[in-house]
Amino acid sequence: MGEIRFMKGNEALAEAAIRAGMQGYFGYPITPQSEVIEYLAAEEPNHDYTLIQAESEVASINMVYGGAAAGARVMTTTSSPGYSLMQEGVSYIACAELPCVVANVARGGPGLGTIQAGQGDYFQAVKGGGHGDYRQIVLAPNSVQEMVDLTILAFDLADKYRTPVLILSDGAIGQMMEKVELPEPIPYKPDKPWATTGKTHDRERNIITSLYIQSDDMEKKNIHLQRKFKKIEENEVRYEEYMIEDAELIITAYGVTSRTSKKIVDLARESGIKMGLHRPITLWPFPADRISELANKNKVKAFFSIEMSAGQMVEDVKLSVNGVKPTFFYGRTGGIIPTPEEVIDFIQKKAGEL
Amino acid sequence: MREGYEVIYQKPKTLTDNKMHYCPGCIHGTMHKIFMELIEEMDLQEKTVGVCPVGCSVFAYDYMDVDMQEAAHGRAAAVATAIKRMLPDRIVFSYQGDGDLAAIGTAETLHACNRGENFLFIFINNGIYGMTGGQMAPTTLEGQKTTTSPFGRDKKNSGSPLKMTEMVTPLDGVAFTARVSGNTPANVRKAKRVFKKALEIQQQNIGTQFVEVVSNCPSGWKCTPVESMEWIVEKAIPYYPLGIFKEPGK
Ligand SMILES: Cc1ncc(C[n+]2csc(CCOP(=O)(O)OP(=O)(O)O)c2C)c(N)n1
Ligand code: SF4
Ligand SMILES: [Mg+2]
Repeated sequence: MGEIRFMKGNEALAEAAIRAGMQGYFGYPITPQSEVIEYLAAEEPNHDYTLIQAESEVASINMVYGGAAAGARVMTTTSSPGYSLMQEGVSYIACAELPCVVANVARGGPGLGTIQAGQGDYFQAVKGGGHGDYRQIVLAPNSVQEMVDLTILAFDLADKYRTPVLILSDGAIGQMMEKVELPEPIPYKPDKPWATTGKTHDRERNIITSLYIQSDDMEKKNIHLQRKFKKIEENEVRYEEYMIEDAELIITAYGVTSRTSKKIVDLARESGIKMGLHRPITLWPFPADRISELANKNKVKAFFSIEMSAGQMVEDVKLSVNGVKPTFFYGRTGGIIPTPEEVIDFIQKKAGEL
Repeated sequence: MREGYEVIYQKPKTLTDNKMHYCPGCIHGTMHKIFMELIEEMDLQEKTVGVCPVGCSVFAYDYMDVDMQEAAHGRAAAVATAIKRMLPDRIVFSYQGDGDLAAIGTAETLHACNRGENFLFIFINNGIYGMTGGQMAPTTLEGQKTTTSPFGRDKKNSGSPLKMTEMVTPLDGVAFTARVSGNTPANVRKAKRVFKKALEIQQQNIGTQFVEVVSNCPSGWKCTPVESMEWIVEKAIPYYPLGIFKEPGK
């Protein structure tokens, strides 16, 4: 049994990064995420990592590039507008194949938006965000405990595949306090022969770049990247389900809305409606095969994607369901969390029309 | 080695055998050579990590036989910052053009200097965007014609050419600043001495080292290499004076 603490989501993420052996943190303050850098700044004297409050998110993500390429475990965290600023850097990192962890504790947008929680950055997170053909692993915690567990997982997956891993959280999970169990610090021994640590006489120089000026080379690089992404899709899909076995109506939701959705399932079950919840934990790779399998069950009648956006993850749900069953969307924007009551009303109305 | 011959001059072992892509007469190649000579002479090859910019020297890693990272346009200072913080006992340098360091990357440059990040900036100021075909840079001289200032740089529209060395010199974090050139053999030798001083200061860990090189771009300036050297003497150096601006203990 690990150490039990009562923590804020953002602080739990920060503490987990320390325990995962993070060596460098580079960040710029933005609500509702600033507790991460504040926590790490306060803890810095007790640990071995280096922290820099960068001059911008552009600088933070490029510090992450340099630190990762120097062979260190590095992280940056931000919230939506800051994550937009990082997109060029994420694209470079994906192409240069550098392991790193980025967290977006998302707020409502577009623009400067609101500091309340949002899920409108789904497209940006899973479809690219930056330029070019790249993918990144996207993990979506829905509790303070998962802020810990998925942060540790994020560092491991980043190293395993030499890829950026995004933790797409939201302001609600980042700000809420819950009981968490913290793991013992993980002994981390970097084995990164590709890193730029100084060309010793027994090897060629190491070059970290995303530049392949000849078309042939660039295509080769792309083929290599696509193979890697395929391997990630085959091996790293993660999801959680609730009351799914006999469900006729299935909610899909991630992050904070998956918590209210669980409550919705309970309420529906009380009134005799056979509802279940499918919660993707990896938004990329998306649990498309599992959703397709559910869609092809005879008893499943329809899907409902519940989001704090104008309809983003629903596109992936629809692609997975592939027209086999009707798929509906209900969402609120502006930082408003849909209430169980309004969602149940919506689902009952739609189910009645089936 | 042919019999009866002896080696009296050769490139340093810290430069690869790759053929450089720089235009004839371009000072980029000269600076690569003297800096890599120093890395060899000071026995720093195994300890050095460099950062290339986006600009004509984007492929510096093809020539410099040390570990290198290619940064996004303007972000070399942020990248170098993290390398040095993660590997404090290595020698770290960034090699950047004027568009890279003084336009798109101004914030990263200034803040790295202000934090006193302990790496060396090698700042190649040729007053133009060489790589993209000769557009105006923040350092283009007043009246100088480029493809985006076809009637000459107009101060009212574009401001005065930025003097980066003078800008970063007063910052507390900065330990060493100098402006050198590569236009004459004497200036090349001086530049090498200045780089050496900068690397020694890096080993003392007392603050940022910033060395600006008044450089040329015969292709972008649309002139011969010889004419470009004359331009450096007549136009560039009067506006960008050479010398050491700041050094420890002075
Ligand atoms: C974000 C971004 N914007 C623009 C460019 C295009 N670009 C490449 S190099 C360059 C200017 C290079 O000029 P400088 O830094 O002075 O280097 P030089 O080629 O003169 O040595 C520009 C604008 C780019 N690669 N990335
Ligand atoms: S374009 Fe200009 S800066 Fe670039 S290699 Fe040619 S002469 Fe040098
Ligand atoms: Mg230039």
